Amino acid sequence: MGRDLHPDHGELTPVSTGEQDREATLAAATAAAQGGGPPKRADQFLAKRQRRVAYGILTPGAIYLTIAFVVPLILVVYTSLQSGGLLSGGYTFTWAFDNYADAFNSSRQFFARSLLYSGMATLIAILLAYPMTYWIAFYAGRWKSTLFFLILVPFFVSFVIRTVQWNFILADDGVIFGPLKSIGLLPDDFQVLATPVAVVAGITYNFLPFTALPLFVALDRIDVRLVEAAKDLYASRFQAFRKVVLPLSFPGLFAALILTFVPATGDYVNSSVLGSNRTTMIGQIIQTKFLRQADYPEAAALSVMLMLGMLVIAIIYARVLGTEDSTLAAGAAA
Amino acid sequence: MSAVTAEQSRDLDRPPSRAKRRKWTSFILPVFTIAMIVYLASPIFIMILFSFNKLIGQRQIAKFTCCTLNWWTELSAIPSLNEAIKTSILVAVPAAIVATALGTLIGLVLGRYRFRGRAPVNFVIFLAIAVPEIVLASALLSMFVLAKSPLGYGSTLFSHIGFSIAFVAITVRARVQGLDRSLENAAQDLFATPFQAFRKVTLPLILPGIVAGLMLSFVLSLDDFVITQFVAGAVNTFPTWVFGASRIGLPPQVNAWGTVLFAAGLLAASLNLFVSFRASRKSE
Repeated sequence: MGRDLHPDHGELTPVSTGEQDREATLAAATAAAQGGGPPKRADQFLAKRQRRVAYGILTPGAIYLTIAFVVPLILVVYTSLQSGGLLSGGYTFTWAFDNYADAFNSSRQFFARSLLYSGMATLIAILLAYPMTYWIAFYAGRWKSTLFFLILVPFFVSFVIRTVQWNFILADDGVIFGPLKSIGLLPDDFQVLATPVAVVAGITYNFLPFTALPLFVALDRIDVRLVEAAKDLYASRFQAFRKVVLPLSFPGLFAALILTFVPATGDYVNSSVLGSNRTTMIGQIIQTKFLRQADYPEAAALSVMLMLGMLVIAIIYARVLGTEDSTLAAGAAA
Repeated sequence: MSAVTAEQSRDLDRPPSRAKRRKWTSFILPVFTIAMIVYLASPIFIMILFSFNKLIGQRQIAKFTCCTLNWWTELSAIPSLNEAIKTSILVAVPAAIVATALGTLIGLVLGRYRFRGRAPVNFVIFLAIAVPEIVLASALLSMFVLAKSPLGYGSTLFSHIGFSIAFVAITVRARVQGLDRSLENAAQDLFATPFQAFRKVTLPLILPGIVAGLMLSFVLSLDDFVITQFVAGAVNTFPTWVFGASRIGLPPQVNAWGTVLFAAGLLAASLNLFVSFRASRKSE
């Protein structure tokens, strides 16, 4: 695929320079053995072959990603510019930019609410995950990997099932509030389920691994000797943390922020299972328009707006950390 | 007071990271961590507990009454639930295999070569992971609607492969980048063909990454809700079935099934950990 596009470029070189040297030596040896041309040409020949091999290996996956990811993203933009109605003969493409204005005006409050809930959940998740991952990374010793495994274990259970369980835990007569109410510690009309508190709590819980993993990766990477050096220089434990550990963990903190906030904003499961019709988030609007009302153009317009907002965040993030580091953190979080 | 000072002065002689202070503040973080682990696991406890909940109707309620084995003996009493679980597995297995094959190839190339198009491929993979699920779900549904293709098993499998590839690719890429290239060079110096060197040296070394990618994509597919709800049409997987049923009240069998799947996942993960632990000891 790509090979035909750039026939004359020799960018494809092995990553390590040692490999290059060896390749050159080998090429020279081959050329000498064959009594052929100068080593440089043989080197070019090998590089070209390597390039072909690389593009050849890449092609099947790249084609699949194009069809299953890039093309759909283009087509959702296309859908968002359609107009018409299901009853009047379907939708046609008309550059209907009005869809965006309509969708935004009718859903402004849901966008705002989603950003608010997701922002709060992200903040709480970081406040919960940071001390925990800090302690595990620096003080858990040989229990480090076991403890970290224990954090991830609950997430083997399906997202939906976990959320449904919170519905039972937080229920008015559930395992927590039921007993508290019967001994009179809480008033009978006390309610968490179906309030914004339940939705934010659910989002915090469900996205916590996305917060904890990049934080753990970043904190675990910090050289303990730096902290020791700070202490040798009479820094207290807290000062050593504030002046050494915290600044060094900023990339992880930033990754945690993005990796929690971005998916949480589009979430609709927590709000549907734990909330009420007064906690409706933008994801629920998109879902209803797509799956119940079949109002594809407006739903697509909302998705595109959400995507663009998140894209801006993602690009800032990639600029700050570099795409490779960022996917690494994302991979860790997955 | 003097005891505390003595304690502190002794700390200075020791390596600070191993300093053991018996002050109560030093228990805050470990206790907090344990509390967090309990908090994170609480829905799982509830799920297992409620699979033994005795109740009068057929729908789960929030009040717990001890105890019955009914939901375990009648595990498969709900045909539509069985069907949904079967569909989940029939999607997850092929999705994981295909995504691992394609993702491994991408990860291999990205980890090893610099070439024109590397940065865009990296960026697409980053986006595929970072994009909110609902956006990808809308995009896939838009495509299926425009292409007038039917929604069901096929569209679900296609989508699951699509979103898993990126995760496999980065898992394998990380492994390839950590590889010592000189090992493969040594093999080639010993007259191995590039293919032989790859099969006998590189492949065994990156195998843990490939296995991790396989498991990751299997779990992602099994767990996926948002994209499945958008593209599966009338077909249900386990998560979409549970979501649908939660609107009218869950049958308690869901908790039993959830426990079964959880145990299976735990077993697989422990096995993987054990194998990679042994492999890492062997390579030392």
